[in-house]
Amino acid sequence: MSSVWLAVAVVGAATVLIKGAGPVLAAGRTLPESSAGVLDLLAPALLAALVATNAFASDEALVLDERGAGLAAAGIAVLLKAPLLLVIVVAAVTAALLRAIG
Amino acid sequence: MPDATVIERPRLSGYGAGLRAVTPLLPAVLAFGVSFGVLSQAAGFGGAASIVMSLTTFAGSAQFAVVSVMSAGGTAAAAIVAAVLLNARYGPMALSAAGAFRGGRLRRLVEAQLLVDESWALSQRDGGFDRRVLIGAGLGLYAGWSGGTAIGVVAGDSLADPATLGLDAAFPALFLALLAPLVPSRRGMAAALLGAGIALTLTPLTPAGIPVIAATAACLVGLRRR
Repeated sequence: MSSVWLAVAVVGAATVLIKGAGPVLAAGRTLPESSAGVLDLLAPALLAALVATNAFASDEALVLDERGAGLAAAGIAVLLKAPLLLVIVVAAVTAALLRAIG
Repeated sequence: MPDATVIERPRLSGYGAGLRAVTPLLPAVLAFGVSFGVLSQAAGFGGAASIVMSLTTFAGSAQFAVVSVMSAGGTAAAAIVAAVLLNARYGPMALSAAGAFRGGRLRRLVEAQLLVDESWALSQRDGGFDRRVLIGAGLGLYAGWSGGTAIGVVAGDSLADPATLGLDAAFPALFLALLAPLVPSRRGMAAALLGAGIALTLTPLTPAGIPVIAATAACLVGLRRR
């Protein structure tokens, strides 16, 4: 097996297990009451981390580039209660325009 | 939560609602699928391996990491470690959505594979998860990502770089829009600020993937503030 196929197979299998573990092992069980208050906050914690890393991380460095500008524009659109599609388009167009003139 | 209505988080449940919710993102997902196909070809992966990887791993950042590590001369083991670290966030994400899945173990295992950042984020409903929305959104993303990969493998680098079109800025914008309705609550705001702070602090210090995993610890503020 070539190293490429080895990586494809192992990463694929590992991902299946990582995604499946919780839903399979928790089947038919109710998570303890005390975990509910914690799992509720997983969404804001993870979403904020995804915003931060998708906008400002480049490999292992923090960078301020056109994605950050796109995010700022998206933030204004969110504050103005724009629909999701418009928020995404505003971010992409802002980043694209800045790259075009930059 | 009156602010939640401004986000097109459909009140309807169902597979179609999930597909509709994810549609605004599909051009970006397709474009990144294409760029994965192009890059992996350029790195000598071969078309079959690239497409099989998109069909089985279905996680953009981990797949790009494998290609970049191996094309830089890294070993398969190094590439595997990088990808597993990047995908480890799906453990807590899938656990948080575990209550939404139905049926036997095999069905749960298969349906859970459609959980990625975007389908997880879009399927949140009233403190829980809507399984049909997650599956509908996940299938749309799966088709876009795998189809894009196949197009990239066939078309090669004759296609535009998605960054030129600003499509890389679409993802943080999506996550921000989905985060917005959660932060009016004090606990939500505390978790979000802490999560972002942990992720940004660790980005220069740890391998990619660790910052987002570590940020999940921010939800522990829920222990004190109940």
